[in-house]
Amino acid sequence: MRHSQPANPDFDAVTLDRVSRHFGRRRALSAVTLSAHGGEIVGLLGPNGAGKSTLIGVLATLVAPTSGEIRYGGQSPHQLGPALRRRIGLLAHELHLYSELSARENLAFFAGLHGLDRRTAIDAALDHAGLADRAGDPVSSFSRGMRQRLALERALLHRPVLVLLDEPFTGLDDQSVGLVADRLRVLAASGCVVFVATHDLDLADGLVTRVALMRGGKLISDEQGGSGLRTRYRALIGH
Amino acid sequence: MTTFRRVALLVLRKDVAIEVKSLEIISTTLFFAVSCVLVFAFALVREGSIVADAAAGILWIAIAFSGTLALGRTFERERYAETLRALLLAPAPRAAIYVGKLLGIVLLLTGAELLLVPLVALLFSAPFFARPLLLAGLLLAGTIGFAAVGTLFAAMLVRSRTRDIMLPILLYPITVPVIIAGVRGTAALLADGPDDAAAVMWLGVLSMFDVVFITLSLWTFEPLMTE
Repeated sequence: MRHSQPANPDFDAVTLDRVSRHFGRRRALSAVTLSAHGGEIVGLLGPNGAGKSTLIGVLATLVAPTSGEIRYGGQSPHQLGPALRRRIGLLAHELHLYSELSARENLAFFAGLHGLDRRTAIDAALDHAGLADRAGDPVSSFSRGMRQRLALERALLHRPVLVLLDEPFTGLDDQSVGLVADRLRVLAASGCVVFVATHDLDLADGLVTRVALMRGGKLISDEQGGSGLRTRYRALIGH
Repeated sequence: MTTFRRVALLVLRKDVAIEVKSLEIISTTLFFAVSCVLVFAFALVREGSIVADAAAGILWIAIAFSGTLALGRTFERERYAETLRALLLAPAPRAAIYVGKLLGIVLLLTGAELLLVPLVALLFSAPFFARPLLLAGLLLAGTIGFAAVGTLFAAMLVRSRTRDIMLPILLYPITVPVIIAGVRGTAALLADGPDDAAAVMWLGVLSMFDVVFITLSLWTFEPLMTE
């Protein structure tokens, strides 16, 4: 399908205006209005079924909103076309890795999809993941933490502007958590818009610069980050 | 190379690389296809005589059944770690993903046919190699038509819990014209005194189906795959 030009996918802000998504009678997202700018790490917090993953899917262009509008730097996904996806990096709950292929083969495949200079990008990603010495091993032989680190590098391989992470700390040891958190801070400092959906309030505390609290598909609070996140969460969500 | 073609070929190459490592789909598909032919051979061949046109029908039934198995398994692989979503995030028209998967299925079924044709020829004493080019044309056109619809449906159903049941229910009614054209065209080649004109006519019908099915699939793939 052709999309009209111009399609400049570089942007420094994402805006959702009354975005809803219904699956049959279930309202996964209900009139969510939110904006995020380059340099921000937005924590999407809320209980199971709050709509965090659906919101990530909508931002990633994988889930179409039932109503409402999303703008990437003032342009709609339709205006930007497939080029928009070159600027989006997604680490979902499932890791999007082929277990039969090695770490290097996985990265080579995804680098190819994005038309990258493969060797440079892959070597850098393997170094970041701490998997340079396991590059030729099949992903099926990796621990959950190793897969998680590789999946994060897979998501960041093409230097996205909008980074969407759904539970990025799952399976990571303390040292890896620290490394990933530092990586996210560096990404934000370089101008990326970062969304992190997580249940881990202790990890989110001190990492996120903004907090979007969700419940039942609705955005019930959009406030600055900072300390005391657990207390604020309990006050708004109730448990 | 255009982005569309690059992405389609990358998806094809990735599928081939995984299959070469695991041999999972090719082995199950071939085993199923050969089993299918053998069952028909035991059921229909009595003291060397067979029902007229049986060989053509059995060849196409084996292709359709084993193709359905291969389609399901290919997309099951994309479901394990939700890798289909990662493919859909490629900065290319999403139809390129469809074309890559379609090419992989056609390649796989072509491999199965390379084993099936001599096997059916042997078991049913069918002169498949009297008109090799026409037979190859019929098989290729029929395989593309079957796989074009099957790839679309298998992708659509990848997140459905009832995909194993729904795939054949949706696929067979729509691909019946392809199977009929394939059987009639192949039977024309197997007749005493091969009917080349009839085979060419059925080849034309199959090519027409291919154009229609692929056009519709390219048109509908992106909206169907966006949740």
